[in-house]
Amino acid sequence: MNIHEYQAKALFAKYQIPVPNGKVAFNVEEAQAAGDALESPITVVKAQIHAGGRGKAGGVKLAKKKSDVTPLAKEILGKTLITPQTGPQGKEVKKLLVEEGVDIAKELYVSWVADRATASIVLIASTEGGMEIEEVAAHSPEKIVKLSVDPLIGYQAFQGRTVAFKLRLPKEVIGQWVAMLGNLYRLFVEKDASQIEINPLIITKQNKLMALDAKVNFDDNALMRHEEIRGLRDLDEEDPLETRATQYGLNYVKLDGTIGCMVNGAGLAMATMDVIKLAGAEPANFLDVGGGASKETVKQAFQILLADPNVKGVFVNIFGGIVRCERIAGGIIDAAKEVSIHVPLVVRLEGTNAKEAKQMLAESGLNLIVADTLWDGAQKIVAQVR
Amino acid sequence: MSILVNKNSRILVQGITGKEGSFHAAACKAYGTKVVAGVTPGKGGTDFEGIPIFDTVEEAVEKTEADVSLIFVPPPFAADAIMEAAQAGVPLIVCITEGIPVLDMMRVKHFLADKPVRLIGPNCPGVITPEEAKIGIMPGFIHKKGNVGVVSRSGTLTYEAVWQLTQRGLGQSTCVGIGGDPINGTHFVDVLGMFEKDKQTEAIVMIGEIGGDAEERAADYIKRHVSKPVVAFIAGITAPPGRRMGHAGAIISGGKGTADDKMSALEAAGVTVVKNPALIGEAIEKRLKKLSSARSVGMAAKAKPKAKAKAKAKAKAKAKAKAKSAPKAKAKTKSKPKAKAKR
Repeated sequence: MNIHEYQAKALFAKYQIPVPNGKVAFNVEEAQAAGDALESPITVVKAQIHAGGRGKAGGVKLAKKKSDVTPLAKEILGKTLITPQTGPQGKEVKKLLVEEGVDIAKELYVSWVADRATASIVLIASTEGGMEIEEVAAHSPEKIVKLSVDPLIGYQAFQGRTVAFKLRLPKEVIGQWVAMLGNLYRLFVEKDASQIEINPLIITKQNKLMALDAKVNFDDNALMRHEEIRGLRDLDEEDPLETRATQYGLNYVKLDGTIGCMVNGAGLAMATMDVIKLAGAEPANFLDVGGGASKETVKQAFQILLADPNVKGVFVNIFGGIVRCERIAGGIIDAAKEVSIHVPLVVRLEGTNAKEAKQMLAESGLNLIVADTLWDGAQKIVAQVR
Repeated sequence: MSILVNKNSRILVQGITGKEGSFHAAACKAYGTKVVAGVTPGKGGTDFEGIPIFDTVEEAVEKTEADVSLIFVPPPFAADAIMEAAQAGVPLIVCITEGIPVLDMMRVKHFLADKPVRLIGPNCPGVITPEEAKIGIMPGFIHKKGNVGVVSRSGTLTYEAVWQLTQRGLGQSTCVGIGGDPINGTHFVDVLGMFEKDKQTEAIVMIGEIGGDAEERAADYIKRHVSKPVVAFIAGITAPPGRRMGHAGAIISGGKGTADDKMSALEAAGVTVVKNPALIGEAIEKRLKKLSSARSVGMAAKAKPKAKAKAKAKAKAKAKAKAKSAPKAKAKTKSKPKAKAKR
């Protein structure tokens, strides 16, 4: 789960990680009031969306005097920002972070990330702040320092010092750096983050470290034990169909194609998408209905698929293992009767009692096409939408 | 032979009184698996369909000599359950649970590092040696005893592949679901090594998906250590970057872990990569046919396979699928199914 910069900075402040003074604003008046309350002469107005690359897209502006805050807030609020991370449709700005301007002497990069290969939490730090870290890794990998922490022992101060000296940080900030990394690590572990990134982390002209940006992602699997983190979720930033799917225990990811897919199991769902492409069309979504595929979940799944106006046909591909195919067929028939399906429907059921299930489907009176195999089904649905 | 489990395996089920645990414990038993114990803290002394229940894994092992633990404990407590089994000395732990927090799995990995334990999963369908032992949630009837080893990160997609094999009359030695999580106990390379050494296994089906680099490492391993034919499918060629495709581990991040990268790495290692999962069965049949014709030519020429030195050359020869050398060579992989998955 992602959160906004302003939420991440509030978390940072709780963990004694220095951030600029600032406040979130939901409208122009609040933005101006927030700007007026800051002591610094210069104010920064930052769009709050769940995507990086805001600066280049015009979502971060500098108010040289307080009276500039209102026009800048008017400009950014309601604007649709298109960045490499938002996709071509962009994201509408609904909130701003109004922050004090600070004197930057040096920009750094720091992140903690859960690393799957080493099964540990890894620190990535660089003197090249303000740039995409992937870019730095490609052009000047020698400027990146990595450190792996044993999750049973945790972060140790010497590790932070070692990295600081490798990066040749000024000695005035080394104490702050070691403490800050420890605080970030503690936040990571206590809140089950999957990544914390500060880009840039700055050294001010007064030799103070400060997080100018803040990005925190959380492990979805661990949200069950962090009520306060669940409360930070912003549904505005999520696809409404995906949110609805989650409520019904369905795993749905919207894509750009025309064939809606309903499958049980994540691997088979991906494979079904791939086969649709091989057959000459594009999948409209990833949808895993889970092992059971009961009438209720199938019904919800149909409704979600058909709510996408791009969908020109639906392919249901279920491998009935533990759950018998007749039961799944029954669910499909009942659900299809309740939801009006206005596009071609191809159903492929395989597994326990598949024959009986196919017969049930054929005799249901529903306008659907029964397929025998995965490939057969993909070809049939693609032929239907052509 | 087979790998990991067989008719002598003695299974204990952690979380046997839960909804999933009880259902699948009964199904495993019905398949003929020796389910000898269940563990549910606080319910020790009772039984589930005649299977004795204990409060702790330690006691269950002591009383029943169970040597495999099958875990259905819910996500918040699953890491704890795995560690309990490891501490009690259960050599093989199969964890079905989906949704274990990543940080919990990190601790598990490090806790297991110095113990003689192998973990399969989590978030996996389990392990089955057809007609001997079913230790997991897979439908037993789709399997058939035979000589194809199957290893996969997926569940239902594996059933799809296995069903194709069975319908073609191609049985399986053992099918291993290693799971769809980013941090898991056993990797492709571990299972490939076991299949290479297993006499019953003559060909291998490997089913991967986007995310991570397990398939790339498998490709490297196959190139160096696997002489048996391998057919692979990688799911997720149409998956967009940055989106999690159901499995926590199935995500392309920072441009890494794409299906294309994985497929080309495997192809370069001599693996038959099918783009259409509907063709997995057909592809393995072809590779097996080539193998048997190669073998008969080899027999006619009385070319006795020389064991290890030739393994490398054979792997290459196999890649070209030329009939000259008899590819029955036993490439010596250095270790037994050693207890620990090395990263």
